Amino acid sequence: MSFDVQKVRADFPVLAELINGKPLVYLDSANTSQKPNAVIDAMTQFMQHGYAPTNRSAYQLAAEATDKFEGARAKVAAFINAPKVHEVLYTKNATEALNLIVRSWGSANLSAGDAVVLTHMEHHANIVPWQMLAAERGFTIRWVPLTSDGLLDLSNLSTLLDGAKAFSFTAMSNVLGTINPIKELCAAAHKAGAIAIVDACQAVPHMPTDVQAWDADFVTFSSHKMVGPSGIGILWGRESLLDAMPPFLGGGNMISDVKLEGFTCAELPAKFEAGTQPIIEAIGLGAAVDYLTAIGMDNVRAHEYDMTVLALNSLNDRFGSDITIHGSTDAALRGATISFAYRDVHPHDISQVLDQNNVCVRAGHHCAKPLMRILGSNATVRASFYLYNTPSDVTALCDALSEAGDFFTL
Amino acid sequence: MPGLEDLYREIILDHYKSPRNRGSLEPPAVRSEGHNPLCGDEIEVFLVVKDGIVDDIKIGGQGCSISQSSASMMSAAVKGKPVEQARALIHRFKHMMSIDEGGEEPDTSAPLGDLEALQGVVKFPVRIKCAVLSWNTLAEALDIAAE
Repeated sequence: MSFDVQKVRADFPVLAELINGKPLVYLDSANTSQKPNAVIDAMTQFMQHGYAPTNRSAYQLAAEATDKFEGARAKVAAFINAPKVHEVLYTKNATEALNLIVRSWGSANLSAGDAVVLTHMEHHANIVPWQMLAAERGFTIRWVPLTSDGLLDLSNLSTLLDGAKAFSFTAMSNVLGTINPIKELCAAAHKAGAIAIVDACQAVPHMPTDVQAWDADFVTFSSHKMVGPSGIGILWGRESLLDAMPPFLGGGNMISDVKLEGFTCAELPAKFEAGTQPIIEAIGLGAAVDYLTAIGMDNVRAHEYDMTVLALNSLNDRFGSDITIHGSTDAALRGATISFAYRDVHPHDISQVLDQNNVCVRAGHHCAKPLMRILGSNATVRASFYLYNTPSDVTALCDALSEAGDFFTL
Repeated sequence: MPGLEDLYREIILDHYKSPRNRGSLEPPAVRSEGHNPLCGDEIEVFLVVKDGIVDDIKIGGQGCSISQSSASMMSAAVKGKPVEQARALIHRFKHMMSIDEGGEEPDTSAPLGDLEALQGVVKFPVRIKCAVLSWNTLAEALDIAAE
């Protein structure tokens, strides 16, 4: 199927909105993505015609709701090439998925003297849960540093991984845009006897995902960044690991039996899905997966590659030495998430001027403060592009940035 | 929609470009630190209180024009003033930023001077935190100095 960005845009009603009479230039998809009619309609339809509890009541409406809810799980499994559908677990978001791994797998496997390896480009969600458990258990955290062009410095990787029990890393940096060599990193982890955990929050929405080709052990991501609704995320894990892990949250749905003396766990996936699940959100996520599958993730990646090249070239051509773009200059090594500093104008002030032109960017530390300290700043402006962005969005960004420069000439 | 000139008044940009009382003080000056977790802004307040008077104040850290100019104006406004007056000004400023801390309505009879320029920030709710950061940090420094 050929990719037509104008056709894609027509699927996203918010992109046709005028705010204060001007069109919306949405460049904050690394934060959260906009939603197509297919997702909005699927959720609305389900609420209007098919809503019922899942996996517990016997009447027809509930059985049909269960089919749709479990059908969405199967769609996700196919989308990431999971070997087994019941290895796909619904969570609240990617952050909860990472916390689940740390609390469940980590609690069962990590104690004083052990080591876990993370990288300097992780999101707080892949740092803080480990620090919380490390404070209780006394294991150490080792860090893979970065090169000056924002890639992982793998020169010492085997030493860092030596004796480690887990290597948890981002597939794509939410600040630098760097796409990490996922297969190579998983292989290095396994060679050292560690499990490989991939925070794929920024990768799954933007490129083809194959957990088997990666040979990962756990993969986490969220629905809201991949044109699906907020309120639901995914943890995929190897069956053998998930089976051996203790449950995360206790409650209804996750048990096989409860007696006064104790409980026994349900089978996967219910074991890790306590309480009423985000049912409507799962239907929406299923529709998001169908939508992206129909467009083709290779097409999404190719479009974003073009946008990255255009944005990098345009920003450099127009602003030269006034702009510092973080991360790699090679679009093949990065996604369309572009963080930059502009003269010495503070990112918050830049985003204020951009907002006057409806150019929506993120200004701040992007939940990656250790990385920001390494970059030597406490905030950047981040423009992130997705399948619905066009060359005119790049122009709008550059024009608004010029205006910010004029306004704040120091 | 309020325009940029409502927010970035000239006097604000002046304090941003030429911040007053910028720097640090060695102990026995007290030091407090404020963070805006939303945007990563950081403010340090160094404070010397002598005989109930704000004898010296210096501002460190980095942040946007609103947080930096607010800190600069604040330092100029409280330096040399009695602690009680500084606390009253904190209360009044936060009230101007529509932050209700309870307690009495602040006395607004005295002119606010440069600080008046920050009134426009209220029209930009996400920026209120920027403007208030240094004031909260000063309140903490005054508490430490009182210990």
